[in-house]
Amino acid sequence: MAEIIVVTSGKGGVGKTTTSAAIGTGLAMLGHKTVIVDFDVGLRNLDLIMGCERRVVYDFVNVINGEANLNQALIKDKRVDNLSILPASQTRDKDALTQEGVQKVLDELKKTHDYIVCDSPAGIEKGAMMAMYFADKAVVVTNPEVSSVRDSDRILGILQSKTMRAEKGEAPIQEHLLLTRYNPERVDRGEMLGVKDVEDILSIPLLGVIPESKSVLSASNQGQPVILDIESDAGQAYSDAVRRLLGENVEHRFLMAAKKGLLSRMFGGR
Amino acid sequence: MCTATFDLPSTKNRLNSDTMQDTDAAIDSEACFKLKGNRVTMTILELYRYDYKSFNDALSATVSNAPDFFQQTPVILSLEKCTEQSFIDFIELGELCREYGMVPVAVRGGNEEQILAANVAGLPKLPAATSGNKVTESTETTITVRGIKVAESANKIITTPIRSGQQVYAEGGDLVVIAPVSAGAEILADGNIHVYGPLRGRALAGVKGDTDARIFCQSLEAELISIAGSYKVSEDLRGELWQQAVKASLEGDQLKISPL
Repeated sequence: MAEIIVVTSGKGGVGKTTTSAAIGTGLAMLGHKTVIVDFDVGLRNLDLIMGCERRVVYDFVNVINGEANLNQALIKDKRVDNLSILPASQTRDKDALTQEGVQKVLDELKKTHDYIVCDSPAGIEKGAMMAMYFADKAVVVTNPEVSSVRDSDRILGILQSKTMRAEKGEAPIQEHLLLTRYNPERVDRGEMLGVKDVEDILSIPLLGVIPESKSVLSASNQGQPVILDIESDAGQAYSDAVRRLLGENVEHRFLMAAKKGLLSRMFGGR
Repeated sequence: MCTATFDLPSTKNRLNSDTMQDTDAAIDSEACFKLKGNRVTMTILELYRYDYKSFNDALSATVSNAPDFFQQTPVILSLEKCTEQSFIDFIELGELCREYGMVPVAVRGGNEEQILAANVAGLPKLPAATSGNKVTESTETTITVRGIKVAESANKIITTPIRSGQQVYAEGGDLVVIAPVSAGAEILADGNIHVYGPLRGRALAGVKGDTDARIFCQSLEAELISIAGSYKVSEDLRGELWQQAVKASLEGDQLKISPL
């Protein structure tokens, strides 16, 4: 049975698309047939992060409207087997997403995939609601700062009340907290909320902590999911998170500030 | 004095027929109305003292906490705890109440002068509820009035976190939350509020004016707590009891917070 995972946050710019790309790619690398669906109609980004923007012909809205079939719209990833992307439309707006249309597309994707990763737009409007409505699991992406935590809290409330599982009275959506842009040095200096603080406020299980890293930005700009950069700490942290999402027990890393050596302190390296 | 006594019966009659109108379902072609007894649940406004400004302020605070609860709401003015003030301008008071969506329909308790003034303002007297008066035990009105606090008690127990943007209201009873209440969430109850977890949002107990309502929480981190309209915001709460287990209650119109 295919599983629908929504990557959501409420707040914009916290790393939803980066996370969707990384988690989708990670699941596919472990051999699961995975599709990442971009719900950000009108502001599509996923294709850029995945480096397939030049191959977009048809999109999600075309499929909903019956102007193309799924196979025409799905873009197979060239680097990882088992991975495809369903891009969003750039020329339409969120109203193009109807509940029946989304359900039809997801039902069809379920037949041929193990995991459907829904990349939610920011906000709590239609696009975000549609991305989460049919989800089985939710990855709530949060930055360690108060406004992001507040918005995540709001999203968690909506996940519990306005999704199909909630409305039908089924088992609630499984919620996972993913803390991104985490900088232990700044936490130590009191400039950032710590993992404990965020966990305490949101009281949901921690899926992973992704350290703030230059590799995330450069990976995005190259159209390369950061999880493929196995050298980077962010890439490794995402790999850990994917394994935890699949039920493995993996110890958390990158929570502590690295001790700086004498040389790096002298030469100001990071 | 003379005019007042003279006025009394007519005022009373007018009010009675007004209140009976709703329940009157007489089909008798001869009679144009029929009197029936009925029970209704009503809010009691317990008055301690009256002056225009403080009453106006308190009322506005109460109503702004829960604007939707007061829309053409009939209230009974209880004068039982207002023994020291002999003159109360009930006409002014009535107008103020109506401005905020409450409609005074009667007074309860009070001394002779107060009752007379109320009658002049068109408010009949109901028998006192707790004066030990034998007559009151048997009249239907009293049962109605007494029933207010107990009859529709509906306590609510919440076991999942209350998130930012969510609102939970326990109408007619207590609210018990066995989970955190997030900043940006709002919990309301006609009765008491218990939070077995951190209280980070807004908590309003006794929203319909129950001044005996209390708030209990395991960790006080609230944005606002309010009992029957007296409130304190986060800024006033950040003292030595911040993040401590506390109870809050009203002493007079002062919200008092003490460790649990």
